Amino acid sequence: MNIHEYQAKQIFAKYGVPTPKGLMAESVDQAVKNAEILGGPIWVVKAQIHAGGRGLGGGVKLARSIEEVEKLSREILGMTLVTHQTGPEGKLVQKLYIEDGADIKDELYLGVVLDRAREMPVIMASTEGGMAIEDVAHDSPEKIIKVAVDPAIGFQGFHGRELVFGLGITDPSEQKKFIDFASKLYKLYMENDAEMIEINPLVKTGSGEFLALDGKMGFDDSALGRHPDIEAMRDISEEDADEREAGKYGLSYVSLDGEIGCMVNGAGLAMGTMDTINYMGGTPANFLDVGGKANAETVAKGFEIILKNPKVKAIFVNIFGGIVRCDRIANGILEATKLVDVHVPVIVRLDGTNAPEAAEILRNANIANVIAATDLADGAAKAVAAAKQAK
Amino acid sequence: MSILVNKDTKVIVQGFTGKEGSFHAEQCLAYGTKIVGGVTPNKGGTEHLGQPVFNTVKDAVATTGATVSMIFVPPVFVADAVMEAADAGIELAVIITEGAPVRDMQAAKAYAMKHGMKTIGPNCPGIITAEECKIGIMPGMIFKKGNVGLISKSGTLTYEGANQVCREGFGISTAVGIGGDPIIGLSYKQLLPMFEADPETHAIVMIGEIGGDLEIQAAAYIKEHITKPVVAFIAGQTAPKGKRMGHAGAIVSGGAGTAAEKMAALEAAGVKVVVSPAEIGKAIAEVLAKK
Repeated sequence: MNIHEYQAKQIFAKYGVPTPKGLMAESVDQAVKNAEILGGPIWVVKAQIHAGGRGLGGGVKLARSIEEVEKLSREILGMTLVTHQTGPEGKLVQKLYIEDGADIKDELYLGVVLDRAREMPVIMASTEGGMAIEDVAHDSPEKIIKVAVDPAIGFQGFHGRELVFGLGITDPSEQKKFIDFASKLYKLYMENDAEMIEINPLVKTGSGEFLALDGKMGFDDSALGRHPDIEAMRDISEEDADEREAGKYGLSYVSLDGEIGCMVNGAGLAMGTMDTINYMGGTPANFLDVGGKANAETVAKGFEIILKNPKVKAIFVNIFGGIVRCDRIANGILEATKLVDVHVPVIVRLDGTNAPEAAEILRNANIANVIAATDLADGAAKAVAAAKQAK
Repeated sequence: MSILVNKDTKVIVQGFTGKEGSFHAEQCLAYGTKIVGGVTPNKGGTEHLGQPVFNTVKDAVATTGATVSMIFVPPVFVADAVMEAADAGIELAVIITEGAPVRDMQAAKAYAMKHGMKTIGPNCPGIITAEECKIGIMPGMIFKKGNVGLISKSGTLTYEGANQVCREGFGISTAVGIGGDPIIGLSYKQLLPMFEADPETHAIVMIGEIGGDLEIQAAAYIKEHITKPVVAFIAGQTAPKGKRMGHAGAIVSGGAGTAAEKMAALEAAGVKVVVSPAEIGKAIAEVLAKK
């Protein structure tokens, strides 16, 4: 789960990580009031959406008067912001963050993520703040300092020294402030089961203070149960409605832009099914893992979500029944076709436990647009052919 | 021969009397797995599925001599269960539970390694030595005995791969579902040398997916140390970047961990890489015919 910048900064403040003063607004009036409370003389009006690259997309602007705050708020609130992370459809701006302008001397980067290879959190820092870190990693990887912290010992002095010397911070009082900043960030990463934190830029002010000018945080979904305060920060308007609806039924769904709807059990087989469709000359319309408990209700829900997409020309149901018996799934599919109007060909491949019985059930039901397949390759080929025919 | 587990392996179940634990322990017993007991706190001294129940793993190990534990406890108790098993001298913990927090697994795995305990999973189907010992939730009947070893991040692709291998007239020595979480126990790099050393295994199927770099590490290892033929499939060639595909670890982040880079690394290491899981069986038939 991801949160907004203003929410990340609330968490930062709780841990004593310095940020500029700021207030969230959901209307232009509120934005103006916030600006008056903050007092100026310079404000930053920032679009709050769950995506990076807001500045380049025109969602972050500087205001030098209250009138300008009002004008910019009116422009940004309600705009559809397109950045390199939103996709071409962009994201609607529903919240603003009005923040004190900062006296920026240097722009740095600081983040914490899980290093999967080392199996511990790694603090990443760079002097190249304000740029996309992916680009820095690609063009000049030597400019990223990585310090892995073993949670068994926590953040130690040497971790801090590696960071400040790596960044070329030489003033002892600045060194102390930066190390304190990084150690607090590590602490809040661990204590909140964060998946990633990114501060880009982290600025050094003219007076040698370090401030988190931006703040991005993502959390481990599996750990949200023990962080009700974080769960309460969830903004469902930032999430894909279909993915969310699917999640309620234990389905894992990701929409893609092809023509063949996929319904599969297991994440790996679901990806493998998409890959096979692609290999055979078709295009997958979605990733959908129905999980280990596929039944009539979940299959019906799956059909419903897949068919919301008008591009879908055929559906490939690919189930390898293990503990779940195929005959039960076959009956589930039949029931589901009664619950939902399935108007495109459905190619069904059921393999594994009780597969012959399942084939028999489908044959006897003799539904016009349900086509049986013998294995993965056969099913994918039939689905690709059906989608082509529908054109 | 086989790897890690066989017909003599003594297994206990943590979370023995729960719904999932009971159901799958019963299936494992029916398969022939030597499940010698289980652990459920406050139910020690009772019997379940004809086997003794203990309050602690220490008690269970002391009485039964079990060396492997199959873990079915709820997600937030997984780390505790793994560390208890390690502390009690269990040699291998097979963690089936899905949804354990990453921070918990980090600590639990580090502790397990310190105690010399191997782990498989979490969020995996388990391990099976065909026709001898099934420790997990996979459908036993598709795994016919044979000379192909299988390592997979995905449960259903394990079944798909094993099924194809068997339909081609071959069989499975041992299949290990390693799970698709960001932090997992035994991975390709630790399992490949076990299959290399196992005289019964003549070829290896390796099924990976997007996210992380375990497959890249495996490719480097194969290039240097593996002489047996390896067939690989990497799921998620058509997955969009930055989207999590079902498994917690299956995500291309910052452009790293793509299927394309993993496939290229494996190919460069001499692995036969197939672009669709539908080709796994045929590819195994090819590499074994060449031998």
